[in-house]
Amino acid sequence: MSTRLPLLQVERVSVRYALRGAGLLAPARTLDALSDVSIAIRAGGRLGVVGESGSGKSTLARVVLGLVRAQAGRVVWEGGTVNYDDATAMRSLRRELQVVFQDPFGSLDPRMTAGQVVGEALQALAGPVASVAAQDRIRAALAEVGLASAFANRYPHEMSGGQCQRVAIARAIVARPRLLVCDEAVSALDVSVQAQIVNLLHELSERYQMSLLFISHNLAVVRHLCDDVAVLCQGRVVEQGSRDAIFNHPREAYTQALLAAVPDPDPVLQRARIASARNALKAGR
Amino acid sequence: MTAGPLLQVRDLAVDFSTSQGEVQAVSGVSFDVRAGECLAVVGESGSGKTQVLMACLGLLASNGTTRGSVQFAGRELIGANERLLNTVRGTGIGLLSQDPLSSLTPHLRIETLLTEGLLDRGLASRDEAHERALRALAEVEIPEPQARLRQYPHELSGGMRQRVALAAALMCGPQLLFADEPTTALDVSVQARVLKLLAGVRDRGVGVLIITHDLGVVAGLADRVAVMYSGRIVETATTDELFSAPRHPYTAALLAAVPRLHGVAQSRLVGIPGDPPQPSARSPGCAFAPRCDRAVERCGDSRPELTPSAGVNPCMTAQGDSIAARAVPLAAVACHRPLQDRAEIA
Repeated sequence: MSTRLPLLQVERVSVRYALRGAGLLAPARTLDALSDVSIAIRAGGRLGVVGESGSGKSTLARVVLGLVRAQAGRVVWEGGTVNYDDATAMRSLRRELQVVFQDPFGSLDPRMTAGQVVGEALQALAGPVASVAAQDRIRAALAEVGLASAFANRYPHEMSGGQCQRVAIARAIVARPRLLVCDEAVSALDVSVQAQIVNLLHELSERYQMSLLFISHNLAVVRHLCDDVAVLCQGRVVEQGSRDAIFNHPREAYTQALLAAVPDPDPVLQRARIASARNALKAGR
Repeated sequence: MTAGPLLQVRDLAVDFSTSQGEVQAVSGVSFDVRAGECLAVVGESGSGKTQVLMACLGLLASNGTTRGSVQFAGRELIGANERLLNTVRGTGIGLLSQDPLSSLTPHLRIETLLTEGLLDRGLASRDEAHERALRALAEVEIPEPQARLRQYPHELSGGMRQRVALAAALMCGPQLLFADEPTTALDVSVQARVLKLLAGVRDRGVGVLIITHDLGVVAGLADRVAVMYSGRIVETATTDELFSAPRHPYTAALLAAVPRLHGVAQSRLVGIPGDPPQPSARSPGCAFAPRCDRAVERCGDSRPELTPSAGVNPCMTAQGDSIAARAVPLAAVACHRPLQDRAEIA
């Protein structure tokens, strides 16, 4: 690219959900899921969005995908404002913008084989492809996520969680998107499989200059995968910066507290941490 | 109470009869839990760790059968009648489960949820139970306990619900607490708080058996660890030994796969290739062999027994022939080619 224009920008986006009132005559309440949120991802960049449940992480992913409408602000793709109501424009954007969700079983149709899942995405995104060429591309996409071609004939219930998540990734990348939105994509997986999928996402991102918007509550995974990090708290970005800045020199108290709370797989460190938390509590009494 | 273990599990096996035939979910599991100590059982999904807890409490699904021996405070629980089990559940062994919303009955007030165990068993009068519920909520650091008693579970946040569930599990003063993935569904900040409370419970002399897949949780809380893979314990050791010098290749691989917040942030994590085997498709040898980089031919053919690690003082000796009296080593590994093998270094 000639200019250093970001691939995706979210500019001052606010989302407000209407909630039902507590009683029959109680006034309706609203919830500010996102307030004035701005993020940017460059081509090939990997942005991690971290925060606790209810911080607005998933809402942000949904705004980018067009599944939730923002009341204020805009989403910019390569310098142009995205119009989520323009069906033609959205069809071409969908080819470049794909998503992987948390639940590997829930996001696959139980009656479709892995090959059909990937093939359907290919037809929908790349238009009609000759069936021989389509079969080749389906096999190639499955191979890319580390699944042998025999998996093309398997149904979701015949695969493990990790294998289903690989199929979901194959479906997302078959039309070579430029941005992959991952909403807690590795959170439901066991650590040994989680590491495989994190490595796979990193490889695919490097090989195809594919950007990642990686939403996760797992700070350690984000530290290994992403180059930039945005910390969300109650719908606001409280801190944003490079991975090293956020993890080594967090400025905001909220970020520091979030990092301090992550249990570390180191007995000496972790015991000292629990002891100091308890002493602090005793001193406070 | 003598210094003997509170809970003695010996050769526990759990089978389920399914449409695909008999499936062995757990086999040959033995361990002890003493008063005031925390044992963590670590394993990935499907390793059988939750079924161990359920078998101990007699709460297996109806198609499950249990073999072996589970002794709690000297009483055998396997095959025990419902009356004995009902006395043990709650009053002897408290249970804290993963999902606080589904473990608290939604249409009952917090006060009812906390006091029903005491009242149903006639252990306290209504006034006493009320006082104890207030104290229990204060102990788990719930603000305004008086007001909380009148609320329903859905009115509390997830973290508060899990602390209420902990208070409920401790209401009848159990000697032992079973905690099944108690922090998995929680945010990190809430998780830290629950872990601190569990450490406090253990320090008050309650034995804690925690089931988890999170090695970070294990590191801070557990005194000893048993690692399960595909229905069996493959390694057991003290927490410090296990983290500093894992002997089973699976334990070592699991530790290497955990993304960390400290040290070099390498872009490649060390994953374990492949997936855990389906219980119905285990090889006759070591279940981990197909994923193990140290596996040799023997590993696929014959299953390694759990053998005590060299240099470990077998502090418990066998008394008599019954399986309940058989001693379990404090550090052991089930592997033909364990790491830090003396012969290998020499």
